[in-house]
Amino acid sequence: MKKRLLAMLMSVTMVAGMTACGGSTPAPAADPAPAKTEEAPAVEEEAPAEEAEVEEEAPAATADGELIKVGIINNDPNESGYRTANDADMKATFTADNGYDASFAYSLKNEEQIAAAQKFIQDDVDYLLISAAGTSGWDTVLTDAQNAGIKVILFDRTIDADESLYEASIVSDMAKEGQTAVDWLASQNLPEYKVIHIQGVMGSAAQIGRTKAMDDMVAANDNWTMVTQQTAEWNAETAQQIVQSAIDSKEDFNVIYAENDDMAKGAVAALDKANISHGVDGDVIVMGYDCNKWALEELLAGNWNYDGQCNPFQASYIDEIIQGLEAGTAPAQKTVIMDEKGFDAKTITQDDVDKYGI
Amino acid sequence: MKQKKSFGEIVNVIVHKQIFIPLAALFILVVFNFIADLIVNDGTSFFEITYGMSKDGYHVLSGNLITVIDNASELVLLAIGMTLVTAASGGQDISVGAVIAIAGSVILRIVCGDGSDANTLQAPIILAFFAACIVAMLFGAFNGMLVAYFKIQPMVATLILFTAGRSIAAWINNNELPVMNAPSFGYFGKFIPGIAVPTPVLIAIAGMILIGLVLKFTNLGLYAQSVGINPNSSRLNGINPEVIKLITYVILGFFVAIAGLIKVSRVQSINYSVIAKDIEMDAILAVALGGNPLGGGKFNIWASILGAYVIQMLTTTLFRYNVDATALPAYKAVVVVVLVVLSAPVVRERLNRLFASLKSKNEGKEAA
Repeated sequence: MKKRLLAMLMSVTMVAGMTACGGSTPAPAADPAPAKTEEAPAVEEEAPAEEAEVEEEAPAATADGELIKVGIINNDPNESGYRTANDADMKATFTADNGYDASFAYSLKNEEQIAAAQKFIQDDVDYLLISAAGTSGWDTVLTDAQNAGIKVILFDRTIDADESLYEASIVSDMAKEGQTAVDWLASQNLPEYKVIHIQGVMGSAAQIGRTKAMDDMVAANDNWTMVTQQTAEWNAETAQQIVQSAIDSKEDFNVIYAENDDMAKGAVAALDKANISHGVDGDVIVMGYDCNKWALEELLAGNWNYDGQCNPFQASYIDEIIQGLEAGTAPAQKTVIMDEKGFDAKTITQDDVDKYGI
Repeated sequence: MKQKKSFGEIVNVIVHKQIFIPLAALFILVVFNFIADLIVNDGTSFFEITYGMSKDGYHVLSGNLITVIDNASELVLLAIGMTLVTAASGGQDISVGAVIAIAGSVILRIVCGDGSDANTLQAPIILAFFAACIVAMLFGAFNGMLVAYFKIQPMVATLILFTAGRSIAAWINNNELPVMNAPSFGYFGKFIPGIAVPTPVLIAIAGMILIGLVLKFTNLGLYAQSVGINPNSSRLNGINPEVIKLITYVILGFFVAIAGLIKVSRVQSINYSVIAKDIEMDAILAVALGGNPLGGGKFNIWASILGAYVIQMLTTTLFRYNVDATALPAYKAVVVVVLVVLSAPVVRERLNRLFASLKSKNEGKEAA
């Protein structure tokens, strides 16, 4: 009996621990500001389950009339390095110093995001910035926002709603990213391109855009051949196995086109094991995406050849649009496609690594 | 009196062994690759093993077979733990992938320290590994507690960590994706300089020896089996079913920590959302392929281990023949369905009866 009681007590504490640090998936674990982690769980427990957590960034005292009130609805920063960088960028831009009073809400669930949007409308924000988890279901809340005179700006993801309901949408063009990378590869003027193509999770926007450019190029040119085209589902280790398999089958290849940095890293591990030279002046060209800091450092060291950017820094674009709207000028076009760079190992500098690494 | 067994009888004995199914599956894959080698005949063989030089200037073994035994290592370790858990608790732990993420995150957190320098270890790896072991075993104990003392279905109990584990892993490292480039950190997932066999293979063998010794010199195997068959009667015989169940989950936690070390060492970094993704399903599959009843009771660790190798062999074979990426899971599913159906106790019993009736008919004919 005593033992059982003890076991019960221990489990209860463990369960409590779980809800405090892990069970609350959407918010506290995701909070990049370390100072907040202590108070965040308490907030989470009180918040009703169906409502996304809303946290006040700027203290109420500083929220005088001059500050522009923005409500930012984002995906969970825990989702990926991209999202972490995106969130940090937002937090760095929309500060009181820059004239903003920003509130943030995070969720990977569409309905929670919509609930958060409704709350922001009640709070009477000036601007609503949304990176939607899902594409549908936003019409009603966006109409409400419009009626309340709140301007909506979408970032990173588009939604299926009438264009009149939002001011602008700032997005990445994955197909363009793919085209930039493949054009760079074509500009290397190799006599023959024998490509190992490692894809991301099939059907994801990044995979479709980045694959299409390569597929088109291989289909259009006789000196481009696809040695292997496989999905590693963004997983470094699976990518390693795919390249290992090509090496074991004595396939001849001179390009590794991986759709993210992790998979390029896995591929390189297989090359190193077989002592195949890669990178600048190597036998195999290595290409990756996302511009992780460590990946750009590989470029700087000449181990890889190319890294394509998937730009998470939308805040400056949004800032520009808001300042324009405040001055009374509507953005030139509804859909703003961000500049996305591709880095070449031969030209990359330490400044690029510091500036663009995520 | 006893006469020499006929060939048919010997086959019969082998077929009735539990280990027959994974062995047969392995054999079929080997034959398939052998025939495919002959047909394709492009100067390469699935079975070729080369003794080459790695970038660091050390001799290493490589080839498809090496890839199979190398990449199966984590799965082998998990299959050992999962078999014990299955036997004792009559259910499976679906949180192993998530706990691997946690263990890996703990290891990187400790070896990376403040993350200022990605090229030197900030703390000894052994310390990081011990910490990961403790953490993974605690989470194992948590699962075991829910299963043993609260009588929650194992799959439901472990669903908690399955859902939350990867977030916990991210939280341990403040949501960053640490990288540790020190060469010695790669020894556990790649090669130790001067040793041509991939380290994960050696670790997996060590794990097998360890569990072999434990099963031989302790009563763990017997106890787990009896608890799985009937907890009440084992209690009457002086075994505490709760403690035995708890122990099996803690043991699984230990193996999960080792698998986590191998995983993070392989790529020298971590990605919380994809590390060891879906590995819990493969581990359960390995147990099922080994012919172990998933409802608990009798078990055969070695059959599960063979099952793990079969799964990796299948994956490597599919990569080798460059099966279309979108169709790959479908191919895998077909093979898995056939194997699992064949190894299901019901089917095997039916087949046995069928054999027996055929045999008695034959005997009847001979007598007449």
